[in-house]
Amino acid sequence: MRVTVKLFATFRDGRFKVEERELPEGSKVMSVLEPLNIKPEEVAICLVNGQNVDEQHVLNDGDTIALFPPVGGG
Amino acid sequence: MGGYTGKVLRVNLTEGKTSTEPLNMELARKYLSGRGLAGKMFADEVAADVDALSPENKLFIATGALTGTNAPTSGRYVVVTKSPLNGVIASSNSGGQWGAHLKFAGYDMVILEGKADRPVYISIQDDVVEIKDAAHVWGKDVYATTETLKQEFGDDKAKVLSIGPAGENLSLISAVMNDLYRAAGRSGVGAVMGSKNVKAILVRGTGKVENANADVMKNVLSSALGKLRENGVTGQGLPTYGTAVLVNIINETGIYPVNNFQESYDSQADLISGETMTANHLIKKDPCYRCPIACGRYSKWEGGEGAGPEYETVWVFGSNSGIHDFDAIHKANDWCNRLGLDTISVGATIAAGMELVQRGYIKPEELDGTPLEFGNAAGMVEWVRKIGYAEGLGAKMALGSYRLAESYGAPELSMTVKKLEIPAYDPRGVQGQGLQFATSNRGGCHVRGYMISPEVLGLPEKLDRTSLEGKATWVKIFQDLTAVIDSLGLCLFSSFALGLSDYAALVNAVTGENYSDEELLACGERIWNNERLHNLRVGYSAAEDTLPKRLLNDPIVDGPSKGQTLKLAELLPQYYAERGWDGAGVPKPELLTKLGM
Ligand code: SF4
Repeated sequence: MRVTVKLFATFRDGRFKVEERELPEGSKVMSVLEPLNIKPEEVAICLVNGQNVDEQHVLNDGDTIALFPPVGGG
Repeated sequence: MGGYTGKVLRVNLTEGKTSTEPLNMELARKYLSGRGLAGKMFADEVAADVDALSPENKLFIATGALTGTNAPTSGRYVVVTKSPLNGVIASSNSGGQWGAHLKFAGYDMVILEGKADRPVYISIQDDVVEIKDAAHVWGKDVYATTETLKQEFGDDKAKVLSIGPAGENLSLISAVMNDLYRAAGRSGVGAVMGSKNVKAILVRGTGKVENANADVMKNVLSSALGKLRENGVTGQGLPTYGTAVLVNIINETGIYPVNNFQESYDSQADLISGETMTANHLIKKDPCYRCPIACGRYSKWEGGEGAGPEYETVWVFGSNSGIHDFDAIHKANDWCNRLGLDTISVGATIAAGMELVQRGYIKPEELDGTPLEFGNAAGMVEWVRKIGYAEGLGAKMALGSYRLAESYGAPELSMTVKKLEIPAYDPRGVQGQGLQFATSNRGGCHVRGYMISPEVLGLPEKLDRTSLEGKATWVKIFQDLTAVIDSLGLCLFSSFALGLSDYAALVNAVTGENYSDEELLACGERIWNNERLHNLRVGYSAAEDTLPKRLLNDPIVDGPSKGQTLKLAELLPQYYAERGWDGAGVPKPELLTKLGM
């Protein structure tokens, strides 16, 4: 299956802004994080199609995953 | 006693006299200072039916109990008055340096009463307070006024608070500015100052604010600073990117209003994100007094440089107006600073104007050749200028989006609560924030209980933004806690890392009081109910605890939150019950007795 991975703030340093990934069926968010060398505890906000999930969330074909380190404002 | 100076400065503009009086410490214990105490004094001293722009209204400019101390983020002051925009209690706070320096001069609060017979400014140099002629700066912008008054005073350490031409022109979306770029922006407080013929207040203080328990303070301070440093948001996110880092977060969550809230996702948002701004525009950080977070930005753009812009400003002049041009956003922001305008309300009014044009309400001949359409950046910037100087249709827009849209028979196109423009979050996708918008005591406002923190950012814990469960309780606690933080004179952003116990420890060390966590939060609840009672007295009711039709009836049309709606009808009764109010949103007598009101 194909998913879109979007990185934000410091996660972009040395990586990318947006990329498509090919993953085996049944993959979890974890399998996106590992090859990027991002530890789950570094992720403050993980959105899959806009919904807040954790690294154990199972992905589906066509999902968009947005990853943020701790950031915020107002 | 530490923290408070114990002294209030009253300026009777009608008679041209100034006087001082002791701060009412009994009230300060119950309402803290700043927003709380000024709000209580305002409610006691100003009759509910006065016209906000008449001499009978008063303008309270108040510091918090911790303003000017060594507590982190303690540079804030608040402007409390009757809002000319909507008649409810206005309490707009601002950072920078001015508030701390008012304390150094020896005052907790300045109260402006009556009306001067000609333009004046107030000069405060410790005990020497003078009402001076301001004819030479009347009509000048905020930058020129600040520079001129400082130069004449002859001491660069003086701090200047002033209005711009917008406040002089009684624009209902005008701000009180300080230290050039910092704004007590919301609710039209600049117009109240303008209506009194007061252009500015210059302050030069040479005193110091004492801590009652200096030894205890050392430990409390080091703990608070440690938490601010280690917290990802206050230690890294905000310092690195500023508040505009929210552009991508809020957009990816699908609650990022586009084109006057017609859509809720912007595929081009990254062009104007905090990440892009940091890479291409940031010159340096521009922190407020004693702030280790330093979210403030100082940036460059084509042909200029200056402070900001903040997230709300980027959104409102950007995506909400269909614009992705950072230079234009910077220019619009700079005009607002110069002219003394609230960026949120100005941008939202322009966006409402764009929709009025889109739907054929505003006719091309009314525009005097300046384009007013989504995506037209140059036109947008020019409309900001026209609003500040009340030129052409800009004069109507200077009264805010509600009056503008209403004048064309389409008030539903104004994205406001209680006539105040709603900030950058689509409430349909964040239930708690939606309830907060509907019930905020000053109208459409995000900083009276920032539910985005738990519902989107996951702080202090993650809540499901689509669920109603527990939201009424969270909103009440957040509103009460925010009232405490505001009244202490601290920045709301400190609360990403600090909690109620930290604030209690700080206020106890500084003032020598001995508040328990519960007692301190009860001060916040008292402050909230005092504001609510005032609003009920001026004629507001539960009917106004609502949102514009679009946000209440229609689902989100696009993006990750497509289909979501706000369930306000379910949330509101829960909230009233949580607050101890009756079904009509009126505080019950037993609640007021419990709070000692
Ligand atoms: S966090 Fe930002 S707004 Fe708050 S006091 Fe610090 S610099 Fe000012």
